Amino acid sequence: MSQEYDLIVLGGGPAGMASAIYGSRSRLNTLVLEVKRKTGGQPSTYHDMENYPGVPETTASELMENFRTHAEKFGTEFKRGEVTELNVNGLNKTVKTKKGEEYKAKSVIIATGAEPRKLGVKGEEEFKGKGVSYCATCDADLFTDLDIVVVGNGNSAVEESIYLTKFVNKITMVVIHDEGVMDAEKILQEKAMDNDKIDFVWNSVLEEIKGDGIVEKAVVKNIKTGEKEELECNGVFFFVGRVPNTDFLKNTVELTEHGYVKTNDNMETSSPGVYAVGDVRNKVVRQVITAAGDGATAAVMAQGYIEEEEYWHNNVVNADRPAVVVFWSVTDQNSMDMVSELENMELEDKGYKFLKIDTYKNRLISDRYDIEEIPTLLKLKDGEVAEKLVNPDQEKIKSVL
Amino acid sequence: MLELTKDNFEDEVLNSEGKVVVDFWSDSCDRCLEIMPDVEELSEEYKDDFKFAKLNIKGNRRLAIGQKVLGLPSIVFYEDGEKVEHLSGEDLEAEDIKKELEERL
Repeated sequence: MSQEYDLIVLGGGPAGMASAIYGSRSRLNTLVLEVKRKTGGQPSTYHDMENYPGVPETTASELMENFRTHAEKFGTEFKRGEVTELNVNGLNKTVKTKKGEEYKAKSVIIATGAEPRKLGVKGEEEFKGKGVSYCATCDADLFTDLDIVVVGNGNSAVEESIYLTKFVNKITMVVIHDEGVMDAEKILQEKAMDNDKIDFVWNSVLEEIKGDGIVEKAVVKNIKTGEKEELECNGVFFFVGRVPNTDFLKNTVELTEHGYVKTNDNMETSSPGVYAVGDVRNKVVRQVITAAGDGATAAVMAQGYIEEEEYWHNNVVNADRPAVVVFWSVTDQNSMDMVSELENMELEDKGYKFLKIDTYKNRLISDRYDIEEIPTLLKLKDGEVAEKLVNPDQEKIKSVL
Repeated sequence: MLELTKDNFEDEVLNSEGKVVVDFWSDSCDRCLEIMPDVEELSEEYKDDFKFAKLNIKGNRRLAIGQKVLGLPSIVFYEDGEKVEHLSGEDLEAEDIKKELEERL
């Protein structure tokens, strides 16, 4: 037997937990499935958190713990599990985990995030755990008073380097750009430049990691001159971007060529009732605050989707009599007039189910029946369209009903 | 599982005959804490053939580096005091450890 929920959120990072807070607070029975024991996603492996609005003094992991406490306060359930399959069949969505558990939900929010990219340079795999690292908070204390090389120059690379200076003796950052140019925000760049423990090698890429059972040298190549240089070091940290965790979604929702989930402004994916939020979706700014914003949007959309679909299901698809549906909008006087005409016809007494669909609020159903003009009138029998009248006059309506 | 420190590491691992498995971990390593219960389970399952031990690198950092451990979690296999295998990385799974144990039976 599988367990049933209103909403299942895949991933317990900031985007997923924000979705859960909004979902649970709207009385959706919400489950968060997270691979790791500790929720919090990417920020839980970072230290500093200086730009989350309203919380000037905190750490990344503390903020993530607060997200979880907040979600639990509204009744979110958390479980561990790595999702390997998502199947969508209308309002019934099924999620399967690696261990074989199965969960059902009416709506699913994908918040599986992204994991550190591996560069694939010589020695990277060989020296994993022997000096090669992707996580500063995990390994920082091992490198106390040692020399390390950091590859990358984005926000994460610079922030983590600054954090690592509290432990290590010296950091050499390998930057692919011209001198003084980094991808990180200006405020972070300045902090790094002012830090005595951080040196830079410009116009360079990491080519190889060398050592005898443990990292001893990083070979860097200047991309302008082709010259190679060996840097003595005890460790190499990689912060060279991330890749989305979307392998299990290939046949469920549309992805970009780089594997990110395609969404619109409302976090809707190509599959109705399935949303994507945070780092896993195709967007430019990847911050905790934008992830949380995505989560709020998706949860509100999911709630609307569930309400509309259930309403439609109960009143049209599973109805014991034919349904008359009028598509209207407050912006169209014609359609409003038609709604009142129909209301006066006492359709319920004549054996019809009468429904009004506001096309502004409910695009899903409007799109499904290709409603291009309002007012449009549908007569449905056993869930199938029997008549479709676009902007009909009174005579026409009477002849059909 | 036997708790190791810099005081007993030499006796229990390097001067120990037979097969020893050492789990290098620390409190700040989430992945270490996650797989620890699985390693405990494996230590029961394979107790007839392997001696299992764990080393908290806090306070034992020099010892860890001496064993060429510079990243957590690290599961290091010793045979008659010789280091024969070193499994590591954030993506290390209990299955990987079990597979190695099977091969070294």
